[in-house]
Amino acid sequence: MEKIKAILKSFGLPRLIIAGFLLLLFIIAPFVGIGVGNSITDTLARFGMNSIMVLAMVPMIHSGCGLNFGLPLGIISGLLGATLSIQTGVTGPLSFFLAILYSTPFAIVFGWGYGKLLNRVKGSEMMIATYVGFSSVAFMSIMWLILPYTSPTMVWGYSGSGLRTTISTDGFYSHVLKDFLQLNIGSLSISFGEILFFAIFAFIIWAFLHTKTGTAMTAVGSNPVFARASGINIDKQRTLSVIMSTWLGALGILCYQQGYGFIQLYQGPMYMAMPAVSAILIGGASVNKASIVNVIIGTILYQGIVTMTPSVMNNLIHTDMSEVLRIIVSNGMILYALTRKSGASR
Amino acid sequence: MSEMTKPLLEMKNVSKEYNGNPVLKDVSFTLKEGEVLGLVGENGAGKSTLMNILFGMDVIQQTGGYGGKVLIDGNEVKFASPLDALKTGIGMVHQEFSLLPGFTAAENILLNREPENKNVLSLVFGKRANTIDRKTLQKKAIDAITKLGVSLDPDMLVSEMPVGHKQFTEISREISKSSIRLLVLDEPTAVLSEKEAEMLLRAIKNLSAQGIAVIFITHRLQEILDVCNKVVVMRDGRIISELDAAKTSIDEMARLMVGREVGKGSTRSSEARPLSDKIVLSVRNLWVDMPGEVVKNVNLDVHQGEILGIGGLAGQGKIGIPNGIMGLYPAGGDVKLNGKPIQINNPRECLDASLAFVSEDRRGVGLLLDESLEWNISFPAMQIQNKFLKPYLGGLIKWRDQEAIKAVTEKYIKQLQIKCTSSKQKAKELSGGNQQKICLAKSFALEPKLLFVSEPTRGIDIGAKALVLQALKEYNKKNGVTIVMISSELEELRQCCDRIAIVTDGAVSGILPATAPSEEFGILMVGKTGKEAK
Repeated sequence: MEKIKAILKSFGLPRLIIAGFLLLLFIIAPFVGIGVGNSITDTLARFGMNSIMVLAMVPMIHSGCGLNFGLPLGIISGLLGATLSIQTGVTGPLSFFLAILYSTPFAIVFGWGYGKLLNRVKGSEMMIATYVGFSSVAFMSIMWLILPYTSPTMVWGYSGSGLRTTISTDGFYSHVLKDFLQLNIGSLSISFGEILFFAIFAFIIWAFLHTKTGTAMTAVGSNPVFARASGINIDKQRTLSVIMSTWLGALGILCYQQGYGFIQLYQGPMYMAMPAVSAILIGGASVNKASIVNVIIGTILYQGIVTMTPSVMNNLIHTDMSEVLRIIVSNGMILYALTRKSGASR
Repeated sequence: MSEMTKPLLEMKNVSKEYNGNPVLKDVSFTLKEGEVLGLVGENGAGKSTLMNILFGMDVIQQTGGYGGKVLIDGNEVKFASPLDALKTGIGMVHQEFSLLPGFTAAENILLNREPENKNVLSLVFGKRANTIDRKTLQKKAIDAITKLGVSLDPDMLVSEMPVGHKQFTEISREISKSSIRLLVLDEPTAVLSEKEAEMLLRAIKNLSAQGIAVIFITHRLQEILDVCNKVVVMRDGRIISELDAAKTSIDEMARLMVGREVGKGSTRSSEARPLSDKIVLSVRNLWVDMPGEVVKNVNLDVHQGEILGIGGLAGQGKIGIPNGIMGLYPAGGDVKLNGKPIQINNPRECLDASLAFVSEDRRGVGLLLDESLEWNISFPAMQIQNKFLKPYLGGLIKWRDQEAIKAVTEKYIKQLQIKCTSSKQKAKELSGGNQQKICLAKSFALEPKLLFVSEPTRGIDIGAKALVLQALKEYNKKNGVTIVMISSELEELRQCCDRIAIVTDGAVSGILPATAPSEEFGILMVGKTGKEAK
């Protein structure tokens, strides 16, 4: 009994409630005409699309830079990579790798500058990060119009210049990971490609946090003065973590696009940070402690709720209010997650 | 103290456990009106827990209440919150101040109990629109201060006060409450200078003469002898002994507290050791800009294998010296280790040069409070010297070597007798003395050539003190490591060091062998010109 109590305590009551609620939704679903197979398929598909963006929170949390509300900056690096890759005209899976390749230098440069900025505002990183995200989205909204892209799949048809708000990845890298190693049983379909892709990067981050540099990064987040007295260059560690987070953000959006099938420009990245932030918080992370387990549990719970609540509710009350519900659920969860006290333990 | 018929406070068989760990066992004592009770015990002996029970602190309820009875005037009480305790007439002054810095002493003393004046608005809007009666406020505050018997300007802003006056403001606030009958003082003299402490002790006597009972917690045993009527000695959650303060001695209390003999007052056992000719560290024209501990111009030579003590009054700059050399505060000057110049203002350079530093700010600088002991001990050595790393994939990546880390942590836990549940326990869960030992272990793991130790015994109890000092001495003897030890307690320096440098006004005013009589140190401390001497 004591043991069970300890396990429950370590899992955390809030997560237990959310998990219970999710389970309840899965139980109700068949009675209102939603197949369990579909439900699970949807949840897993969303997990595959979003998990790397949630993972992008981890390095910055570890170095004490707080939650990466500046995720849009990483997403913009990813968008630049994606559009450049399509511009080259390469099709198929290769275009996905090209997109990753092209977005990397942008992520490094943007992340470096973002990191330098955050080093000047120690103590209020999260607020500054939010505005870094917002203003970079605004700036890029202008750039998407001006940059000399010419690929007919991307530019406005009537003027021949300026990128469209939504660009299809069909023929390029749509579903490259999703259709890779897909398992179909009736209505249930699991894409092991996406999960494998996430697993690789989750492993890399996990392994990194076990190295000397990773240990130093965690110490910087835990007590910066201690780290400095131990000869660690705090600013360097923080910048490195921000670069890593930004790059993972770029990777995350590419992964999202291949599952979703479209590239969303202009205001698209504006609020992308919020779901990722609330997912990792629900997963049990706190502002300065996070683990890979937090990422996995959080993404499943968050995406599960966001997928299931609207469809179950819609079928229960027979009106389409999925968008309203989605907003209430996701923002409510951020609010809830940010107010809860207990953090993760390693 | 004529009416000693029924006890004001009686504790009967009080016990308490935290998560199955008993921290108080069968504690019983009584306290009469106007009596001063000294409560002594090592850190973690259960003093604070006992006072938390008496004061009805939330933490007690949250962790499952307590066993036994607390009686006031012979009636059993169970306080649900500190507010109830206040109503009954129990006041408590905690170690940390809770004062509003921007308010004057008088305003702080009567905060939320201000005398009020009615006016037109308050007739309409009720009590909330009353104005404060400043005259009565002033008078009441002065009354409280006079009752305490100290000199304190009621119009002084708390933010501008020296630490001692803040303490007096806190106590005045408690005794300004008309119902006050029992006052608990938790280590009130720890932050005070000797003179302020004396004033406070006199104030305690004043209070007791007025019939207010005082429970006085302190590590300074002399103070117990000075003011208390009786002494309760606690160890491991039990009351070991109740003594009559008039008939006991510091030695007896210390022995009871730690349960073993504590060497007291003796200088080094090995007497004067020959001083090596080789100079390890030479410091020339060092200045350090450390707030409150400014170093102006320090010249110092440290010889191979010695323990050099640096003493002096607080605020004269002794603490600034290691902090400046190790690069934690802006500094300048020439520092040479074995003849090679060291770049100061750069912690990494100093650590690479095999210097190590145990900071006086344990919780702020010395520890990763949220991490395990393993991390705390192994971290600097891992980062600076690439120890405790295990190569994988042919040396392509190096991971933390958990086994080596665990082994070294357990080695030091054993060697320094660190009390903990396991090497994975978090540093913040340890008591002060054990945290200090972790800080030592951390620097021992670096295997330094020269070790700076700043205030190694600050805020830790007498038993842990002896162990920490012993560990330092042994480390110096066995490994031949030169140690520079900074401490405010001269007696402690004289026990450990070969030579002692006294820092006054940001410069070294003199270096004496530890065997020199204490008057000579005293003269150096007040400055060569004697301008500080009163």
